[in-house]
Amino acid sequence: MHEMSLAQALVDQAVELVRLDGCSRVLGVDVRIGALSGVMRDALEFCFPAAARGTALEGAELRVTEVPLKAMCRDCRIESRPKPFEIQCPHCGSMNLELSDAREFKLVSLEVE
Amino acid sequence: MCKDCGCGDANHAHGHRHVDTEGREYWHTHEHDQEHEHGRTIVVEKDVLSRNDAIARDNRQWLDARRITAFNLMSSPGAGKTALLEKTLAMLPHGLHPAVLVGDQETDLDARRLRAAGERVKQINTYSSCHLDAAMIARELGTFVDEHANLLLIENVGNLVCPASFDLGEHVRVAVLSVTEGEDKPVKYPVLFSSADAVVITKTDLIPHLDWNREQCHACIRKSGSRARIIELSARTGEGMDAWIRYLQAMMRHE
Repeated sequence: MHEMSLAQALVDQAVELVRLDGCSRVLGVDVRIGALSGVMRDALEFCFPAAARGTALEGAELRVTEVPLKAMCRDCRIESRPKPFEIQCPHCGSMNLELSDAREFKLVSLEVE
Repeated sequence: MCKDCGCGDANHAHGHRHVDTEGREYWHTHEHDQEHEHGRTIVVEKDVLSRNDAIARDNRQWLDARRITAFNLMSSPGAGKTALLEKTLAMLPHGLHPAVLVGDQETDLDARRLRAAGERVKQINTYSSCHLDAAMIARELGTFVDEHANLLLIENVGNLVCPASFDLGEHVRVAVLSVTEGEDKPVKYPVLFSSADAVVITKTDLIPHLDWNREQCHACIRKSGSRARIIELSARTGEGMDAWIRYLQAMMRHE
Protein backbone atom coordinates (compact mmCIF):
# COMPACT_ATOMS: atom_id res chain seq x y z
CA MET A 1 0.00 0.00 0.00
CA HIS A 2 2.21 2.79 -1.24
CA GLU A 3 -0.67 4.84 -2.60
CA MET A 4 -0.34 7.33 0.28
CA SER A 5 3.24 8.11 -0.87
CA LEU A 6 1.97 8.34 -4.44
CA ALA A 7 -0.94 10.60 -3.49
CA GLN A 8 1.54 12.75 -1.57
CA ALA A 9 3.88 12.90 -4.59
CA LEU A 10 0.93 13.85 -6.80
CA VAL A 11 -0.17 16.62 -4.43
CA ASP A 12 3.41 17.93 -4.05
CA GLN A 13 3.80 18.09 -7.81
CA ALA A 14 0.45 19.87 -8.26
CA VAL A 15 1.13 22.34 -5.42
CA GLU A 16 4.39 23.33 -7.12
CA LEU A 17 2.52 23.91 -10.40
CA VAL A 18 -0.11 25.98 -8.58
CA ARG A 19 2.67 28.12 -7.08
CA LEU A 20 4.26 28.68 -10.50
CA ASP A 21 0.88 29.40 -12.12
CA GLY A 22 -0.38 31.72 -9.41
CA CYS A 23 -3.89 30.28 -9.42
CA SER A 24 -5.77 30.09 -6.15
CA ARG A 25 -7.31 26.66 -6.13
CA VAL A 26 -7.44 23.36 -8.01
CA LEU A 27 -10.89 22.08 -8.98
CA GLY A 28 -9.89 18.89 -10.76
CA VAL A 29 -6.83 16.68 -11.17
CA ASP A 30 -6.52 14.35 -14.18
CA VAL A 31 -4.19 11.39 -13.85
CA ARG A 32 -3.42 8.40 -16.02
CA ILE A 33 -2.57 4.98 -14.58
CA GLY A 34 -1.03 2.21 -16.67
CA ALA A 35 -1.98 -1.41 -16.05
CA LEU A 36 1.57 -2.28 -14.94
CA SER A 37 2.17 0.88 -12.90
CA GLY A 38 1.47 -0.89 -9.61
CA VAL A 39 -0.93 1.91 -8.67
CA MET A 40 -4.32 0.81 -7.36
CA ARG A 41 -7.05 3.17 -8.43
CA ASP A 42 -9.27 2.61 -5.37
CA ALA A 43 -6.43 3.06 -2.92
CA LEU A 44 -5.24 6.22 -4.69
CA GLU A 45 -8.74 7.68 -4.65
CA PHE A 46 -9.00 6.83 -0.98
CA CYS A 47 -5.67 8.49 -0.11
CA PHE A 48 -5.94 11.57 -2.33
CA PRO A 49 -8.35 13.64 -0.14
CA ALA A 50 -6.13 13.08 2.90
CA ALA A 51 -2.99 14.12 1.01
CA ALA A 52 -4.81 17.16 -0.43
CA ARG A 53 -6.05 18.43 2.93
CA GLY A 54 -4.77 21.87 3.79
CA THR A 55 -3.42 22.53 0.27
CA ALA A 56 -4.78 24.27 -2.83
CA LEU A 57 -6.00 20.83 -3.90
CA GLU A 58 -8.36 20.38 -0.96
CA GLY A 59 -11.78 19.40 -2.31
CA ALA A 60 -10.47 18.88 -5.87
CA GLU A 61 -11.93 16.07 -7.91
CA LEU A 62 -9.48 13.29 -8.80
CA ARG A 63 -10.23 11.99 -12.29
CA VAL A 64 -8.48 8.73 -13.15
CA THR A 65 -8.02 7.27 -16.62
CA GLU A 66 -6.83 3.67 -16.63
CA VAL A 67 -4.65 2.63 -19.58
CA PRO A 68 -4.88 -1.07 -20.48
CA LEU A 69 -1.82 -3.15 -21.32
CA LYS A 70 -1.18 -3.65 -25.01
CA ALA A 71 1.15 -6.29 -26.39
CA MET A 72 2.57 -6.87 -29.85
CA CYS A 73 3.42 -10.54 -30.41
CA ARG A 74 6.94 -10.81 -31.83
CA ASP A 75 5.99 -14.17 -33.39
CA CYS A 76 2.57 -13.70 -35.02
CA ARG A 77 2.67 -9.86 -35.07
CA ILE A 78 -0.92 -9.54 -33.80
CA GLU A 79 -1.59 -6.88 -31.20
CA SER A 80 -3.64 -7.89 -28.16
CA ARG A 81 -4.64 -6.66 -24.73
CA PRO A 82 -3.44 -9.37 -22.36
CA LYS A 83 -4.33 -9.37 -18.68
CA PRO A 84 -1.43 -7.89 -16.68
CA PHE A 85 -1.02 -11.15 -14.76
CA GLU A 86 -1.19 -13.46 -17.76
CA ILE A 87 1.08 -12.07 -20.40
CA GLN A 88 0.71 -14.47 -23.28
CA CYS A 89 -0.38 -13.89 -26.88
CA PRO A 90 -4.04 -15.01 -27.06
CA HIS A 91 -3.64 -15.76 -30.76
CA CYS A 92 -0.62 -18.04 -30.93
CA GLY A 93 0.24 -18.66 -27.25
CA SER A 94 3.70 -17.09 -27.55
CA MET A 95 5.18 -15.29 -24.55
CA ASN A 96 7.57 -13.37 -26.76
CA LEU A 97 5.69 -10.08 -26.51
CA GLU A 98 6.56 -6.44 -26.97
CA LEU A 99 4.64 -4.71 -24.17
CA SER A 100 3.25 -1.21 -24.37
CA ASP A 101 4.57 1.22 -21.79
CA ALA A 102 1.93 0.39 -19.18
CA ARG A 103 4.06 1.51 -16.23
CA GLU A 104 3.05 5.14 -16.42
CA PHE A 105 1.46 7.06 -13.60
CA LYS A 106 1.11 10.56 -14.98
CA LEU A 107 -0.38 13.82 -13.89
CA VAL A 108 -2.15 14.74 -17.13
CA SER A 109 -3.63 18.13 -16.30
CA LEU A 110 -5.01 20.38 -13.58
CA GLU A 111 -8.25 22.29 -13.71
CA VAL A 112 -7.68 25.48 -11.76
CA GLU A 113 -9.33 28.76 -10.93
CA MET B 1 -28.16 38.98 -15.87
CA CYS B 2 -25.98 36.46 -17.61
CA LYS B 3 -22.40 36.81 -16.33
CA ASP B 4 -20.94 35.16 -19.45
CA CYS B 5 -22.38 37.44 -22.13
CA GLY B 6 -23.96 40.25 -20.15
CA CYS B 7 -27.41 39.88 -21.70
CA GLY B 8 -30.56 40.21 -19.65
CA ASP B 9 -31.59 36.57 -19.80
CA ALA B 10 -29.93 34.59 -17.06
CA ASN B 11 -31.36 31.26 -18.23
CA HIS B 12 -29.99 30.55 -21.66
CA ALA B 13 -27.35 28.03 -22.59
CA HIS B 14 -23.66 28.77 -23.05
CA GLY B 15 -20.99 26.51 -24.39
CA HIS B 16 -17.45 26.21 -23.19
CA ARG B 17 -14.33 24.22 -23.80
CA HIS B 18 -12.96 21.20 -21.96
CA VAL B 19 -9.77 19.22 -22.54
CA ASP B 20 -10.07 15.57 -21.64
CA THR B 21 -7.34 13.29 -20.34
CA GLU B 22 -6.33 12.23 -23.86
CA GLY B 23 -5.73 15.87 -24.74
CA ARG B 24 -8.86 16.05 -26.94
CA GLU B 25 -10.80 19.30 -26.85
CA TYR B 26 -14.55 19.45 -26.85
CA TRP B 27 -17.33 21.90 -26.09
CA HIS B 28 -20.45 21.47 -24.10
CA THR B 29 -23.35 23.67 -23.15
CA HIS B 30 -25.33 23.92 -19.97
CA GLU B 31 -27.96 26.14 -18.49
CA HIS B 32 -26.91 28.93 -16.16
CA ASP B 33 -28.89 27.64 -13.24
CA GLN B 34 -26.86 24.42 -13.18
CA GLU B 35 -24.34 24.31 -10.36
CA HIS B 36 -21.23 23.47 -12.33
CA GLU B 37 -17.79 24.81 -11.62
CA HIS B 38 -15.27 25.04 -14.39
CA GLY B 39 -11.77 26.31 -14.39
CA ARG B 40 -8.84 26.81 -16.67
CA THR B 41 -6.86 23.72 -17.62
CA ILE B 42 -3.12 23.46 -17.08
CA VAL B 43 -1.75 20.62 -19.22
CA VAL B 44 1.04 18.84 -17.33
CA GLU B 45 1.73 15.32 -18.77
CA LYS B 46 4.42 14.52 -16.22
CA ASP B 47 5.24 11.39 -14.24
CA VAL B 48 3.96 11.67 -10.68
CA LEU B 49 7.13 9.99 -9.50
CA SER B 50 9.26 12.39 -11.54
CA ARG B 51 10.77 13.80 -8.35
CA ASN B 52 11.78 10.33 -7.15
CA ASP B 53 13.02 9.50 -10.65
CA ALA B 54 15.10 12.68 -10.77
CA ILE B 55 16.75 11.86 -7.42
CA ALA B 56 17.30 8.29 -8.66
CA ARG B 57 19.04 9.66 -11.76
CA ASP B 58 21.29 11.81 -9.56
CA ASN B 59 22.07 8.77 -7.42
CA ARG B 60 23.03 6.76 -10.50
CA GLN B 61 25.26 9.59 -11.74
CA TRP B 62 26.93 9.89 -8.35
CA LEU B 63 27.57 6.13 -8.29
CA ASP B 64 28.83 6.10 -11.89
CA ALA B 65 31.28 8.92 -11.18
CA ARG B 66 32.76 6.80 -8.37
CA ARG B 67 32.67 3.54 -10.28
CA ILE B 68 30.19 1.94 -7.89
CA THR B 69 27.64 -0.62 -9.16
CA ALA B 70 24.36 -0.79 -7.22
CA PHE B 71 22.05 -3.81 -6.88
CA ASN B 72 18.48 -3.47 -5.55
CA LEU B 73 17.24 -6.74 -3.99
CA MET B 74 13.47 -7.03 -3.72
CA SER B 75 11.26 -9.86 -2.45
CA SER B 76 8.43 -10.72 -0.10
CA PRO B 77 9.33 -10.88 3.62
CA GLY B 78 11.14 -14.10 4.46
CA ALA B 79 12.27 -14.98 0.94
CA GLY B 80 15.86 -15.08 2.14
CA LYS B 81 17.37 -11.73 1.11
CA THR B 82 19.38 -11.38 4.30
CA ALA B 83 20.63 -14.98 4.18
CA LEU B 84 21.61 -14.46 0.54
CA LEU B 85 23.52 -11.29 1.46
CA GLU B 86 25.22 -12.97 4.43
CA LYS B 87 26.52 -15.75 2.22
CA THR B 88 27.37 -13.29 -0.57
CA LEU B 89 29.50 -11.15 1.76
CA ALA B 90 31.29 -14.26 3.02
CA MET B 91 32.07 -15.41 -0.54
CA LEU B 92 32.88 -12.10 -2.27
CA PRO B 93 35.96 -12.45 -4.43
CA HIS B 94 39.02 -10.26 -4.12
CA GLY B 95 38.50 -6.79 -5.60
CA LEU B 96 34.82 -6.37 -4.68
CA HIS B 97 34.35 -3.86 -1.87
CA PRO B 98 30.76 -3.81 -0.72
CA ALA B 99 28.62 -1.31 1.15
CA VAL B 100 25.27 -2.68 2.25
CA LEU B 101 22.04 -0.77 2.92
CA VAL B 102 19.14 -2.70 4.42
CA GLY B 103 15.61 -1.36 4.56
CA ASP B 104 13.04 -2.44 7.12
CA GLN B 105 10.14 -0.64 8.72
CA GLU B 106 11.55 -1.22 12.20
CA THR B 107 14.60 -2.68 13.99
CA ASP B 108 18.23 -3.07 12.95
CA LEU B 109 18.19 -6.86 13.27
CA ASP B 110 19.18 -7.43 9.63
CA ALA B 111 22.05 -4.95 9.81
CA ARG B 112 23.37 -6.54 12.98
CA ARG B 113 23.14 -9.95 11.37
CA LEU B 114 25.05 -8.78 8.30
CA ARG B 115 27.61 -6.82 10.29
CA ALA B 116 28.63 -10.14 11.79
CA ALA B 117 29.99 -10.92 8.32
CA GLY B 118 32.40 -8.03 8.97
CA GLU B 119 31.30 -5.66 6.24
CA ARG B 120 30.07 -2.10 6.02
CA VAL B 121 26.33 -2.35 6.68
CA LYS B 122 23.74 0.29 7.53
CA GLN B 123 20.10 -0.09 8.41
CA ILE B 124 17.50 2.32 7.00
CA ASN B 125 14.23 2.29 8.93
CA THR B 126 11.34 3.38 6.75
CA TYR B 127 8.79 3.40 9.62
CA SER B 128 5.39 4.09 8.01
CA SER B 129 6.66 3.50 4.48
CA CYS B 130 6.56 0.10 2.81
CA HIS B 131 9.49 0.66 0.44
CA LEU B 132 12.79 2.48 0.06
CA ASP B 133 12.76 5.57 -2.14
CA ALA B 134 15.52 7.41 -3.98
CA ALA B 135 15.82 10.18 -1.35
CA MET B 136 16.54 7.62 1.40
CA ILE B 137 19.44 6.30 -0.68
CA ALA B 138 20.65 9.80 -1.62
CA ARG B 139 21.17 10.60 2.08
CA GLU B 140 23.65 7.71 2.34
CA LEU B 141 25.72 8.62 -0.73
CA GLY B 142 28.83 10.53 0.22
CA THR B 143 28.27 9.73 3.90
CA PHE B 144 27.90 6.00 4.51
CA VAL B 145 28.61 4.97 0.91
CA ASP B 146 32.00 6.38 -0.07
CA GLU B 147 34.79 5.86 -2.57
CA HIS B 148 36.06 2.80 -0.71
CA ALA B 149 33.15 0.79 -2.08
CA ASN B 150 32.68 -0.42 -5.64
CA LEU B 151 29.61 -2.54 -4.95
CA LEU B 152 26.42 -1.23 -3.30
CA LEU B 153 24.00 -3.93 -2.22
CA ILE B 154 20.56 -2.62 -1.25
CA GLU B 155 18.15 -4.93 0.54
CA ASN B 156 14.72 -3.38 0.01
CA VAL B 157 11.79 -3.65 2.42
CA GLY B 158 10.20 -7.10 2.18
CA ASN B 159 7.23 -6.42 -0.09
CA LEU B 160 6.43 -7.57 -3.62
CA VAL B 161 4.33 -4.55 -4.55
CA CYS B 162 5.60 -1.13 -3.56
CA PRO B 163 9.41 -1.33 -4.04
CA ALA B 164 8.79 -2.12 -7.71
CA SER B 165 7.52 1.42 -8.37
CA PHE B 166 10.45 3.32 -6.86
CA ASP B 167 13.69 3.63 -8.80
CA LEU B 168 16.54 4.01 -6.29
CA GLY B 169 19.25 4.72 -8.84
CA GLU B 170 20.39 1.11 -8.90
CA HIS B 171 22.01 -0.46 -11.96
CA VAL B 172 20.66 -3.97 -11.45
CA ARG B 173 17.22 -4.97 -10.17
CA VAL B 174 17.11 -8.39 -8.52
CA ALA B 175 13.86 -10.17 -7.58
CA VAL B 176 14.36 -12.83 -4.92
CA LEU B 177 11.84 -15.69 -4.82
CA SER B 178 11.98 -18.63 -2.43
CA VAL B 179 10.74 -22.08 -3.42
CA THR B 180 8.47 -22.13 -0.35
CA GLU B 181 6.42 -19.26 -1.81
CA GLY B 182 5.14 -21.46 -4.63
CA GLU B 183 5.64 -21.15 -8.36
CA ASP B 184 3.02 -18.54 -9.20
CA LYS B 185 4.22 -15.43 -7.30
CA PRO B 186 5.66 -13.87 -10.49
CA VAL B 187 2.26 -13.88 -12.24
CA LYS B 188 0.58 -12.59 -9.10
CA TYR B 189 3.07 -9.71 -8.76
CA PRO B 190 4.11 -9.08 -12.36
CA VAL B 191 5.17 -5.44 -11.84
CA LEU B 192 8.19 -6.44 -9.77
CA PHE B 193 9.15 -9.57 -11.70
CA SER B 194 8.71 -8.12 -15.17
CA SER B 195 11.10 -5.26 -14.37
CA ALA B 196 13.82 -7.39 -12.75
CA ASP B 197 17.17 -7.98 -14.46
CA ALA B 198 17.65 -11.19 -12.49
CA VAL B 199 15.37 -13.51 -10.55
CA VAL B 200 17.15 -15.43 -7.79
CA ILE B 201 15.27 -18.53 -6.66
CA THR B 202 16.34 -19.28 -3.08
CA LYS B 203 16.09 -22.16 -0.57
CA THR B 204 16.51 -24.81 -3.27
CA ASP B 205 17.74 -27.23 -0.57
CA LEU B 206 14.07 -27.47 0.48
CA ILE B 207 12.85 -28.67 -2.93
CA PRO B 208 12.84 -32.38 -1.92
CA HIS B 209 10.34 -31.55 0.84
CA LEU B 210 7.99 -29.57 -1.40
CA ASP B 211 5.83 -30.08 -4.48
CA TRP B 212 7.70 -27.22 -6.14
CA ASN B 213 7.85 -27.52 -9.93
CA ARG B 214 10.83 -25.92 -11.66
CA GLU B 215 9.32 -25.73 -15.16
CA GLN B 216 6.14 -24.19 -13.81
CA CYS B 217 8.08 -21.61 -11.77
CA HIS B 218 10.23 -20.61 -14.75
CA ALA B 219 7.11 -20.44 -16.95
CA CYS B 220 5.44 -18.13 -14.40
CA ILE B 221 8.49 -15.86 -14.44
CA ARG B 222 8.33 -15.65 -18.26
CA LYS B 223 4.56 -15.21 -18.15
CA SER B 224 4.99 -12.09 -16.01
CA GLY B 225 6.69 -10.58 -19.05
CA SER B 226 10.15 -11.04 -17.53
CA ARG B 227 13.23 -11.72 -19.62
CA ALA B 228 15.40 -11.84 -16.50
CA ARG B 229 18.36 -14.11 -15.90
CA ILE B 230 17.18 -16.88 -13.52
CA ILE B 231 19.60 -18.18 -10.87
CA GLU B 232 18.71 -21.00 -8.45
CA LEU B 233 20.59 -21.32 -5.18
CA SER B 234 20.60 -22.27 -1.55
CA ALA B 235 22.39 -19.84 0.74
CA ARG B 236 22.28 -22.51 3.46
CA THR B 237 24.13 -25.25 1.56
CA GLY B 238 25.96 -22.88 -0.80
CA GLU B 239 24.67 -24.73 -3.87
CA GLY B 240 24.33 -22.33 -6.80
CA MET B 241 26.04 -19.46 -4.93
CA ASP B 242 28.96 -19.49 -7.37
CA ALA B 243 26.61 -18.70 -10.28
CA TRP B 244 25.19 -15.76 -8.31
CA ILE B 245 28.65 -14.41 -7.46
CA ARG B 246 29.67 -14.75 -11.13
CA TYR B 247 26.52 -12.81 -12.07
CA LEU B 248 27.43 -10.02 -9.61
CA GLN B 249 30.91 -9.86 -11.10
CA ALA B 250 29.60 -9.88 -14.67
CA MET B 251 27.24 -7.00 -13.89
CA MET B 252 29.97 -4.81 -12.34
CA ARG B 253 30.04 -1.87 -14.69
CA HIS B 254 33.43 -0.46 -13.98
CA GLU B 255 35.83 -3.39 -13.84
